[in-house]
Amino acid sequence: MNIIVNGKTQTIGAAVTVAQLLDAMDLAGKRVAVEVNREIVPKSRHAEVALRDDDRIEIVAAIGGG
Amino acid sequence: MIAPPTPPQAAAADPLIIAGRAYRSRLLVGTGKYKDLDETRRAVEASGAEIITVAIRRMNIGQNPKEPSLLDVLPASKYTYLPNTAGCYNTDDAVRTCRLARELLDGHSLVKLEVLGDEKTLFPDIPQTLQAAEILIKDGFQVMVYTNDDPIMAKRFAEMGCVAVMPLAAPIGSGLGIRNPYNIRFIVDDAKVPILVDAGVGTASDAALAMELGCDGVLMNTAIAAATNPILMASAMKKAIEAGREAYLAGRMPRKQYGSPSSPLGGTFF
Repeated sequence: MNIIVNGKTQTIGAAVTVAQLLDAMDLAGKRVAVEVNREIVPKSRHAEVALRDDDRIEIVAAIGGG
Repeated sequence: MIAPPTPPQAAAADPLIIAGRAYRSRLLVGTGKYKDLDETRRAVEASGAEIITVAIRRMNIGQNPKEPSLLDVLPASKYTYLPNTAGCYNTDDAVRTCRLARELLDGHSLVKLEVLGDEKTLFPDIPQTLQAAEILIKDGFQVMVYTNDDPIMAKRFAEMGCVAVMPLAAPIGSGLGIRNPYNIRFIVDDAKVPILVDAGVGTASDAALAMELGCDGVLMNTAIAAATNPILMASAMKKAIEAGREAYLAGRMPRKQYGSPSSPLGGTFF
């Protein structure tokens, strides 16, 4: 199935959780926040929430800014 | 307003209190526009700042995961992170950014709210800022609000529950210094929450002036990052904030139209 992560389309297997996605992207353990279809998925639920076809995911971090 | 006399030791214990938390430093710095993370770290350290602003942006996926992040070089255990809503031109984006920041920082709810109205001047869109502030305050955020130097708006933001009001000195990144010190003074005079000048500071004297006007602190980024020697400028700003604060607490002499000699008139031999 297709998901859109940070604006880019990706193909993933079925029943991938947010945690698994972060892991696959080498982001496990990094300080990030995740939105799926404009709803924040809290860290405590990353392993529970399964992604679905056409989900739009935003993965954000803190960077230098004024 | 004349501050009561303060002995030197107490001046050192003159903390900045924001949302019930005390800070030694009245200089807050941004972390953007530096050459690299190492320069960012050195400048922040030289500034003595305890509160640093950060932006919230898409994680750069595909970047080297071993590369240190801002949080690695400036740990959240040592610094108070102040996420901003930079780049937001409407209420929704600003609110969304703050919520993501809070999730990112494990429930930490102190945020800098800025909703811009114009790409050229980067002046705040006040109606959208008001709307965003209301939503965020209701949602439990502690909002430090970037605004213009309108004393009526400053009062409104404080009354609605913002924990600090931050009038601009001049456009973000302009380095023009305090364009309307009289308005800043009005804002300070009526203040019920800390007032921090944010945006437009260019050099040390600008920061000192803000403190002499009675501001509780100054937030700056470009003034340090775009200096020829950012580390040295960070150090200058630290001193300027301290000097300006002491001058304010000391109670400046009155301005006079005519001269008045500093040496005695009597006892002259000529």
